[in-house]
Amino acid sequence: MSTSRRDFLKTGGALVVGFTLVPRLAGAQPARLPGSLNGNRRLDAWIAIEPNGRVTIFTGKIELGQGIGTALSQIAADELDVELARIDVVHGDTACTPNEGQTAGSLSVEQSGTAVRFACAEARHILLSAAASKLGAPATELKVSDGTVAAPGGASVTYWDLASAADFKREASAKVTPKPASARKWVGKSVGRRDIPKKFTGGAAYVQDLRLPRMLFGRVVRPPSPGATLTAVDEGAVKRLPGVVAVVRDGNFLAVAAEREEQAIRARETLKRTAKWTETASLEPSGDALFRHLMSATAPAHTVVDKTSPIAATPAKTLEAVYTRPYQCHASLGPSCAVAQWQEGALTVWTHSQGVFPLRADLAKAFAIDAKRIRCIHAEGAGCYGHNGADDVALDAALLARAVDGRPVKVQWMRDDEFQWEPYGSAMVMKLAGGVDAQGHVVAWSHEVWSHPHSTRPGSSSGVSLLAARHLAGASPPPPPNDVPQPAGGSDRNAVPLYEFSSVKVVKHFIVDAPLRTSALRTLGGYANVFAAESFVDELAAAAGVDPVEFRLRHLKDPRARAVVEAAARRAGWQPRGGGGPRLRGPHAQGSGFAYSRYKNLACYCATAAEVEVERATGRVRVTRVVAAVDAGQIVNPDGVVNQIEGGVIQSASWTLKEAVGFDRTRVTTRSWADYPILRFDEVPDVEVVLLDQPNERFLGVGEGSQGPAVAAIANAIAHATGTRLRALPFTPERVKQALSAKG
Amino acid sequence: MATFTLNVNGAARQVTLEPDAPLLYVLRNDLELNGPKFGCGLAQCGACSVLVDGKEVRSCVTPVSAVAKSRITTIEGLGTLDKLHPLQRAFIEEQACQCGFCGSGMVMAAKALLDRNPAPTNHEIRQALNGHLCRCASHTRIVRAVQRAAKELRA
Repeated sequence: MSTSRRDFLKTGGALVVGFTLVPRLAGAQPARLPGSLNGNRRLDAWIAIEPNGRVTIFTGKIELGQGIGTALSQIAADELDVELARIDVVHGDTACTPNEGQTAGSLSVEQSGTAVRFACAEARHILLSAAASKLGAPATELKVSDGTVAAPGGASVTYWDLASAADFKREASAKVTPKPASARKWVGKSVGRRDIPKKFTGGAAYVQDLRLPRMLFGRVVRPPSPGATLTAVDEGAVKRLPGVVAVVRDGNFLAVAAEREEQAIRARETLKRTAKWTETASLEPSGDALFRHLMSATAPAHTVVDKTSPIAATPAKTLEAVYTRPYQCHASLGPSCAVAQWQEGALTVWTHSQGVFPLRADLAKAFAIDAKRIRCIHAEGAGCYGHNGADDVALDAALLARAVDGRPVKVQWMRDDEFQWEPYGSAMVMKLAGGVDAQGHVVAWSHEVWSHPHSTRPGSSSGVSLLAARHLAGASPPPPPNDVPQPAGGSDRNAVPLYEFSSVKVVKHFIVDAPLRTSALRTLGGYANVFAAESFVDELAAAAGVDPVEFRLRHLKDPRARAVVEAAARRAGWQPRGGGGPRLRGPHAQGSGFAYSRYKNLACYCATAAEVEVERATGRVRVTRVVAAVDAGQIVNPDGVVNQIEGGVIQSASWTLKEAVGFDRTRVTTRSWADYPILRFDEVPDVEVVLLDQPNERFLGVGEGSQGPAVAAIANAIAHATGTRLRALPFTPERVKQALSAKG
Repeated sequence: MATFTLNVNGAARQVTLEPDAPLLYVLRNDLELNGPKFGCGLAQCGACSVLVDGKEVRSCVTPVSAVAKSRITTIEGLGTLDKLHPLQRAFIEEQACQCGFCGSGMVMAAKALLDRNPAPTNHEIRQALNGHLCRCASHTRIVRAVQRAAKELRA
């Protein structure tokens, strides 16, 4: 690595960075390269061999507790033949890492892992060529052990000796074949995550832990509601409070910086108390009316799939059902945080954004400066589960930092900032209709979905996504929302069934006018669509009088799909059943439920079996056990996959049983954990994960694989336990009790 | 402004600030301890938990003046990377987190539990940690880690 690049990393200093990692290619389209190599084609964008015996891997994907740094180091160690401990990983820094867009969509191993694998295989080849000329032996006869290259006669040279001779300043060819599965030493092994030890010993692990000389502490004072306008505030009084250095008021943006953190918090409270706002009732109706409102919205119906069988079989039984999902929060445990500093017209931001390059693009638009004058550096935050306030707080910090004469400012959102202003997972309505023939085959299937946007992240070609930009006097409009196209889909993610149904129609209503800001929450529309579709599969199975597992298998051809279904059923001890009546009557009804999906219809395969107990008197649902069987293709770190899948199951159980954003026509009423309970220790199920490793297959993303199957398995288990089908999330005790008593 | 001599992780540390400043910001900003985290500022989540005279307290709502005469312990006071406390070792070995933001609070609550009950059942561990939130949903791993540490501490 060049001295300048290493110095950047060390100092983290503000500076304008002139070099580009992606050479401009004139003329013909270059050959397609694997994974993110395609957009970041130089070898030295990905790997550096250091003379001091270290290897640095550069990735545009950021660590958010999913263990990507560890997975990438395993892949690199294998291809290079070095010990894992020699590898350093640099994540997301606009000055020195590849631009891989967002760390999202369960794509990091697929995109970055594939790139690192091919880049390292090629780097090893280059190093071996250099070693061959140095040792006077053909490259094919050289052996590498932890970076030491030995010739048959015993002469050797190390990668570190060859660091200057090996030229990585070239475009990758991806022509060096990576190792076969049998030759891998690290991939496939549950090595401990590299980010964990410091997290349990008080190390500086998060952006919250960053301390810079002369750093100030900032807080924002958000409007009381989305439609509010700031009419008056006594800035002078707040400026006189102890420690206050600056109050920034610009349109509806109000923020304060102080010498000490508790002083900033106190100043924020004073501003909150004294600022005058006019509010307007700009929000949608809440409760059941919300879903009627969504279904009546004037969004054009867009046909996603319309595949009708030429042989028009007549269903023997037809069903129709409407399912709903409320607005839900990311609810990161640590509210969003960023540190920003302006020096000589250049801005440096330390951020837990999922995409430092897209964030930089939006900051450049917000400040109307060249993106080259902004450097965004990843530092971990609390788990985000999608697009939360991480990007927004970066602009808040930059706005405050601009007012304090070169001093760095750390802005930490308060709990109510996060709950009230993070972009939510959209409320959704799913209307399912279908029919089975006399033999118990699905001959008609229709899935219609109503939803607001699921991706309003920074980095769009026009507009600024960042929250404060819409509050400033010279407000920038947010980007026009687009839905993620199929086959991954956004609002219609996982709405297209992978079952062999003879007639399928999928329609979406993409409602762009969202009074509450919505964006990517883990799985986008997948969670709600799988909830609806896999609940409805069970409803049709019951109508056909066929066991739910058998019913799925008879409509699944893909052997890998069948394998996870069979594996989950086997581990769960699934008892085949007919129409699916309650297993046990009494104060605690018990039931089991099954579900399957392949995330995005493209990533990992996951089948789940859930067991629940429903307390009839209170309506309280307890999920006692969930089995998940997963095929994630080639597994890099088995324990990492298990961690993602079991975390996904439990988080999904929390969404499913508890979570909904509260609001009235004017304000969001969810402000603290008291208003937004999540699953606690005494409520979490036991989770068992069965991994179906495919060492010769490609990577399949796993981070969002289990949320969809988990919600549907729980819904199906409740239906099995009680004989009552719940179609409105979340399944709170009140709602369950109401459904049970309505049934009588 | 007032000056306090705090006993933090066995060392006397002098700080000058407003007496009602929450302990959390003193630990994080004046003493540069990363362990206790700001999660809610409302004593609802447990990310900021530290031990005061051996009992778990939420440092985000505890004024520094209230603990001026007490022994304060953060995760930094349990052990270091080179010399891990059994709880730290257990959380690392069980890979008991995703993001880990709740982790320091979990460890401190577990320390308070194991000090008063060296052989807790899984049920008792869940009860003891029930006031702590984990959003990545690493609960089952955390319970396993506490059991592992309890076993090591008993040995």
